[in-house]
Amino acid sequence: MKHTGRYGDFGGYYVPEVLIPALEEIEKAFYHFKDDAVFKEELESLRADYLGRETPLYFAKRFSEYVGYKVYLKREDLVHGGAHKGNNTLGQGLLAKYMGKTKLIAETGAGQHGLATSMIGALFDFDTKIFMGSVDVARQSVNVHKMKLCGASVVPVSAGSGTLKDAINDALRYWCSNLSDTFYLFGTAAGPHPFPEIVRYFQTVIGIEARKQILVKENRLPDMIVACVGGGSNAIGLFSGFLEDESVKIVGVEAGGKGIDTTHHCATLTKGRVGVFHGAKGYLLQDEVGQVFESESISAGLDYPGVGPEHSYLKASGRAEYVPANDEEVLDAFEILIKTEGIIPALESSHALAYLISMRGKLDPNTVVVANLSGRGDKDVGIVEEHRPLK
Amino acid sequence: MITYKQKFDSLSSGALIPFFVIGDPDLDTSFEIVKTAIDAGADVLELGIPFSDPIADGPTIQKADIRALDSGVTPAKALEFIKRVTEYKDIPIGLLVYYNLIYQYGIEKFMLDFAAAGGNSVLIADLCIDDVDEVKAAIEAAGLETVHMVTPNTSDERLESIVEKTSGFVYTVAVLGVTGSRDEVSDLVNPLIKRLKAATKTPVCVGFGISKPQHAVDVLDAGADGVIVGSRLVKIIEENLDDKEKMIAEISTALKGFRDAIDNR
Ligand SMILES: Cc1ncc(COP(=O)(O)O)c(C=O)c1O
Repeated sequence: MKHTGRYGDFGGYYVPEVLIPALEEIEKAFYHFKDDAVFKEELESLRADYLGRETPLYFAKRFSEYVGYKVYLKREDLVHGGAHKGNNTLGQGLLAKYMGKTKLIAETGAGQHGLATSMIGALFDFDTKIFMGSVDVARQSVNVHKMKLCGASVVPVSAGSGTLKDAINDALRYWCSNLSDTFYLFGTAAGPHPFPEIVRYFQTVIGIEARKQILVKENRLPDMIVACVGGGSNAIGLFSGFLEDESVKIVGVEAGGKGIDTTHHCATLTKGRVGVFHGAKGYLLQDEVGQVFESESISAGLDYPGVGPEHSYLKASGRAEYVPANDEEVLDAFEILIKTEGIIPALESSHALAYLISMRGKLDPNTVVVANLSGRGDKDVGIVEEHRPLK
Repeated sequence: MITYKQKFDSLSSGALIPFFVIGDPDLDTSFEIVKTAIDAGADVLELGIPFSDPIADGPTIQKADIRALDSGVTPAKALEFIKRVTEYKDIPIGLLVYYNLIYQYGIEKFMLDFAAAGGNSVLIADLCIDDVDEVKAAIEAAGLETVHMVTPNTSDERLESIVEKTSGFVYTVAVLGVTGSRDEVSDLVNPLIKRLKAATKTPVCVGFGISKPQHAVDVLDAGADGVIVGSRLVKIIEENLDDKEKMIAEISTALKGFRDAIDNR
């Protein structure tokens, strides 16, 4: 490997030897093509015409009135496919194409990454296989259906908790046996090097656009930026645009599930200890001896006991702050955004909104906040209905 | 405590190395199984500590991990188990584990406790050669030997560095993939054995997919010094969970089948 993939002491590539040549191949191709003029041009053009970038930075006037300070929403929910995931799958899919691979595999939690991969699979005519926990297959059936419509096959994984971590385990195992023609399109800024770096690279467009847009709209930097954190890709996409701007407070919101004092949550950075999992060193939800917990959250996309290494680093260095939002707060936020703005947010993204609501009335009215609306919530309407049936 | 070198030097035919997950399906039965394996002619033991997310393992060993975890196995109990085994017989024991368990236990303390229990080497499935320095000092302080994995896609450059850091035996992975029984030995293994034999005098033992006595004969004929038999045996446990006597009898029969084939080669 050319690089160590370290963020401070976090990250790295803790994988079985058999995967090293595959990771080396991807690393090499990534460094080569990211600066290749033809690759860049195709990426730019598809970003604009296929994904629909740039996405708006929307001043949410009525939501702002509700919380008592100025909230801008970075509208990643408007990216083709309905979430920021498309930024990454387009980039990596293009990389796979330039590498001459013919098959894609991916893991998925909420199904957003699975869908975004399936879309790209159709676009570039890849043979696509999506690994998805059986619990998630059941609770995200609409996305499963969409993936199949795109021509992907969906492999339900019932081992363990039947959620995202188990899907990653099986995708990694499958990859070990199918390295030559298969590209593992990793869905979040976690896992072994070079995935965190590649995913960050393709998601950083969120932060670059948002910074430029807020400077136009407010003629100044925001006081705070906020994003939900599962594995950490939408968050690092936004954060990476502002890391050097020391005046900007950075907040990541994790899934507090049924409460961080229960075992039913995925607040990795709030409650975890440093360990080694899925190829990287970083914060991890685990028992005393190091067995990894089966995390739990209302939002399948945040249901992950690990977190990307750069977030571990940003926490340890103090540059970013990570807080939990629990399921009930998230449901409130989901409803409030719809009622005030007519926008249906993903439950994942609603975690970021829940934090904004928790700061209601506590900030100066001139405070400017940029929150990442990482995805749209159509997929979640059924789940919300289960928890809060309409009268 | 017998070293790998002493053991390999003493062998007149190939080394037979069964693999089990410690505590599968429970600690007492697991101990009976390991004793049976020793009595049936095992030369070395490869043992695993169950982990929640064994990404290098196929379904058979994953299920064994779950059975062992459900029976309450922890790294500390696994170390006690190893002590019981070495008290029963002075046999080299290689451990196959995932890094997080050692990381949480404390790397130095783990290596010392493992050595004190009579173990020989700790192979960390998800710690590749580039990062073994993270555990090197602890391994040296505990006086342990080293076993590292080589796979068919390992480059010559990496292979050099792996054999250079290996003192016990080279764990030669026969397939591109995870653990699990297979019908045939992959044709990737013979060229790999050849490469290793040209690069090192350290014994070369082949694992992953060695499921039949003939597989063992094939890789030994190709120049290997030993075979590691895992999923084939673990499957017997899975299939006989409600009849422990039969489970143990079948493991004994299976291992004797390997032993005879190896010795009569
Ligand atoms: C809309 C949305 N937001 C956020 C996430 C969490 O992932 P990450 O932390 O990588 O952004 C997901 C994952 O599926 C998602 O679908």
